[in-house]
Amino acid sequence: MLLGTNVLFAQGTGAAGATATDAVKDNGLATAGYYILLFLIVCFIIGIVGKILRVFDLTQQIQSKNPINWDNVMGVCCLIFLIAGAYGAYWEFTVQGAMILPDAASEHGVKWDEMFWTTTTLTMIVFVVTQVLLFTFLFKYRHNANRRGHFLPHNNTIEKVWTIAPAIVLTILVIFGFFTWQQITDNVDAKGEPASINVDITGHQFAWELRYPGKDARLGKTDYKLVSGTNKLGINFKDKDSYDDLQADTMYLPVRKSVRLNIHAQDVIHSVYMPHFRVQLNAVPGLPTFFKFKPTITTAEMRIKLDKPNFEYEILCNKVCGGAHYNMKKVVRVVTEAEYQAWLSQQKPYLTDAIKKDLKFAAEKKEVQSNRLALNN
Amino acid sequence: MSTLTVHDHVVSHHEEDHGHHKATFLNTYVFSMDHKMIAKQFLITGIAMAFIAMMLSILFRIQLAYPDKAFPLMETLLGRFAPGGRLDSNFYLALVTIHGTIMVFFVLTAGLSGTFANLLIPLQLGVRDMASPFMNMLSYWFFFIACGIMLSSFFIQKGPASGGWTIYPPLSALPKAMPGSGLGMTLWLISMIFFIASQLMAGINYVSTILNMRTKGMDLWKMPLSVWALFLTAVLGVLSFPVLVAGVVLLVFDRSFGTSFYLSEIVLNSSQVQPFEGGSPILFQHLFWFLGHPEVYIVIMPAMGISSEVMSVNSRKPIFGYHAMVYSLIGITVLSFIVWGHHMFVTGMNPFLGGVFMITTLIIAVPSAVKTFNWLATLWRGNIRFTSAMLFAIGMVSFFISGGLTGIFLGNAALDINLHDTYFVVAHFHLVMGSAAIFGMLAGVYHWFPKMFGRMMNERLGYLHFWLTFIGAYLVFFPMHFMGLDGVPRRYYAFTEFESMKQWLSVNTFITWAAIMSALAQLAFLFNFVHSIFWGKKAPQNPWNANTLEWTTPVEHIHGNWPGEIPTVYRWPYDYSKPGAEHDFIPQTTPLSETMSSNLPHDFEDNPIGLEEHSKWTSTQKSNEEVK
Repeated sequence: MLLGTNVLFAQGTGAAGATATDAVKDNGLATAGYYILLFLIVCFIIGIVGKILRVFDLTQQIQSKNPINWDNVMGVCCLIFLIAGAYGAYWEFTVQGAMILPDAASEHGVKWDEMFWTTTTLTMIVFVVTQVLLFTFLFKYRHNANRRGHFLPHNNTIEKVWTIAPAIVLTILVIFGFFTWQQITDNVDAKGEPASINVDITGHQFAWELRYPGKDARLGKTDYKLVSGTNKLGINFKDKDSYDDLQADTMYLPVRKSVRLNIHAQDVIHSVYMPHFRVQLNAVPGLPTFFKFKPTITTAEMRIKLDKPNFEYEILCNKVCGGAHYNMKKVVRVVTEAEYQAWLSQQKPYLTDAIKKDLKFAAEKKEVQSNRLALNN
Repeated sequence: MSTLTVHDHVVSHHEEDHGHHKATFLNTYVFSMDHKMIAKQFLITGIAMAFIAMMLSILFRIQLAYPDKAFPLMETLLGRFAPGGRLDSNFYLALVTIHGTIMVFFVLTAGLSGTFANLLIPLQLGVRDMASPFMNMLSYWFFFIACGIMLSSFFIQKGPASGGWTIYPPLSALPKAMPGSGLGMTLWLISMIFFIASQLMAGINYVSTILNMRTKGMDLWKMPLSVWALFLTAVLGVLSFPVLVAGVVLLVFDRSFGTSFYLSEIVLNSSQVQPFEGGSPILFQHLFWFLGHPEVYIVIMPAMGISSEVMSVNSRKPIFGYHAMVYSLIGITVLSFIVWGHHMFVTGMNPFLGGVFMITTLIIAVPSAVKTFNWLATLWRGNIRFTSAMLFAIGMVSFFISGGLTGIFLGNAALDINLHDTYFVVAHFHLVMGSAAIFGMLAGVYHWFPKMFGRMMNERLGYLHFWLTFIGAYLVFFPMHFMGLDGVPRRYYAFTEFESMKQWLSVNTFITWAAIMSALAQLAFLFNFVHSIFWGKKAPQNPWNANTLEWTTPVEHIHGNWPGEIPTVYRWPYDYSKPGAEHDFIPQTTPLSETMSSNLPHDFEDNPIGLEEHSKWTSTQKSNEEVK
């Protein structure tokens, strides 16, 4: 041990010497050298302590006293770890446990929270009991030369009990979880109850694009082959539903209205993640998906509730998608119906003049379109 | 019968061979076909890879702790990967990817199974060498080539693969999607194909050795749990790795030959329409996780087996519920093939399928729970010797509990909606398969070091190593659960862009320092390991007073393992502290006839003649007592 540290120490001083010459151009080598030196000193101290312990052990043996009983030392360490660990876990739960997401801001999220807290309660009981047993057994049954272990190869009754008990607990969790999952993913559309609003969200490197239906409440068709510099979502403008489709920078959602997020991706897999609403679904190129949910708390209410005047709901990308993955966000604002309508009326359609020019809309077609808009008004 | 012929054949060869089979440096240390040497090769390569992967993790931990700070030294060391002393965000992802790949495949699959299957299968079953020593050697060298190719990707211009260790296409399939998806990904795929070839050769070897070559008396129910675990691991690997090859080869096709297995409707840079049509990115995920989920059991099962063995030896008690332990391993093996969908709950897969995978996933928790309770029962009323190996085995159990319980959250499709791909997942798998498996591996290294190198490791340095690593790992991964519950996604280069994540910056700094402490603690192991190989105390033949066969071989390694005849096995490996026995352990090679005073009727379950003898003996004992 000592020999090794000496060799390392020599290397350390070598590195430190090199730092002195490079000091003019501070590239952090000096700091690194300082830390390495510190580490080597620690190693050195550990080596010395090791030697002292060894000498102590040997003198004890020479004086025919008992050497250090490492089994006792480790047994006590296990007990200390248990107590310190229990306090550490308690501290984590109270301090960092308070930093987690607030209660769900969506209807199905409340069910998610229930499921979560049930699971947490059950698993925490098991966690505490098993860890306490583990470390107390280690302390209590530490080695004693005068004792033998208890020869207990098996006990069928107790084995049956602890096979069936977790099976029952897990069955409860499975049933509870299965119904929660079904309720969340249940396709309400299939039951002929369409969502109040359809919103398209399309992920690409490294941003989200939003598309709201206009007055007709219907989104036009899209085709990836139509994507171009001007038509970035590949909206098929032959589909009349697309004429009034709106673009938006921020996702506004009216409170207590069901929303159907239609999720698309253009290049690689992204993931629409809205943690406050307990919403997540991957955006997969070539595989359109959707998630239906109903926000229940407006941004303004949430700001008061959390006492954070700048609070915003956010959409994050939660599937690694490239270099700027960590910065692919969209702000979500949940507002009242009136505010929503006011906001919606200010959004611009995707069918811009540039696109119209691109599509070489003939003069008469333009007229048709303006008539149509007039009709709608 | 077959075992006898094999053994005669090897012995006769052994004697003839001395004439023309010179032991050179090359065939002893490099291209060795001896399973003990191959085990050491796997171990040392595995440790080297583990240290590399650990250093990568420290690099990205520094980035997470100090996202705004420049470290000029980093630029000196990494050059264009850290312009201005800050990690490049693409290179950050490359670090994460290669850290994961190396740890999962190169350390915890090849390093763990490769070392202990090669060492323990022949030694614990009484075999002179593997069924096919040449294939065994090839397996190591394929693994070595795979390591070389994987690491070489750090030296190419665009850097290593960086789409995460799961390399989901289209990100990994489109070279334009990120720098790492260029040549780096090609090297990753080539490396992985070599790796899988290595694993298949190894796995087939392990399975055939275990099934065909056990010594006389060693029926399956007398095998130590370590061998049971390695056997089932090998079966898992042989059945699931080929599926990954299929997935990887199709990805190679998509990348290089213009096919569209995984690609459909892709537009790059919001304007370049790509010609791919009809593929499905989800197909890759199915193929990947069909291996990927069994893979996590490939990682953890050997650790379970090693810990069971080490805990039994050092508690001086038989493992509690040996049969239940084996059946739960079998249960895990079978179930692990039908749970892969729980990685894909939020991919847009049919929700009904999600429900099914949720049920199978939560069922797999039952055998895992049984194993945990059995370990606790093994410790109960034991006479626990705290060797370094024992401490690491205990650490493995503690991590397995902590990480396993959070699996109940993630296996639940509903809860996975909000926890998927967050730090909660990172905390979960680093505890349950990362830390637990590496602790199982370290337990094995400390326990079988005397067998591998003929010398003892320093126990007190082992204690230091254990406590620093154990506490360090909890300090690193425990807070991550709460980050995950706050909706912080994994694989984020910096937490600075979202207001809500800024509260975790200080926690990140803390985690990084805990990680640095744990990493430095590994130097205690490295020093201990290297120092003990050359200057450690000479090991006795059976340093732990263990029952298994490997401790009946001479300390000096010889070709063929046992100098004379291979010993015959008469009993199970867990007769520790048996009442009435002379010592607190009875080796497997001791016949029941020599231990009449400690035999139990249970020992003669399939042996009516023996049972008769036993009852005769007990009745004479009784009558003797009465006479007295």
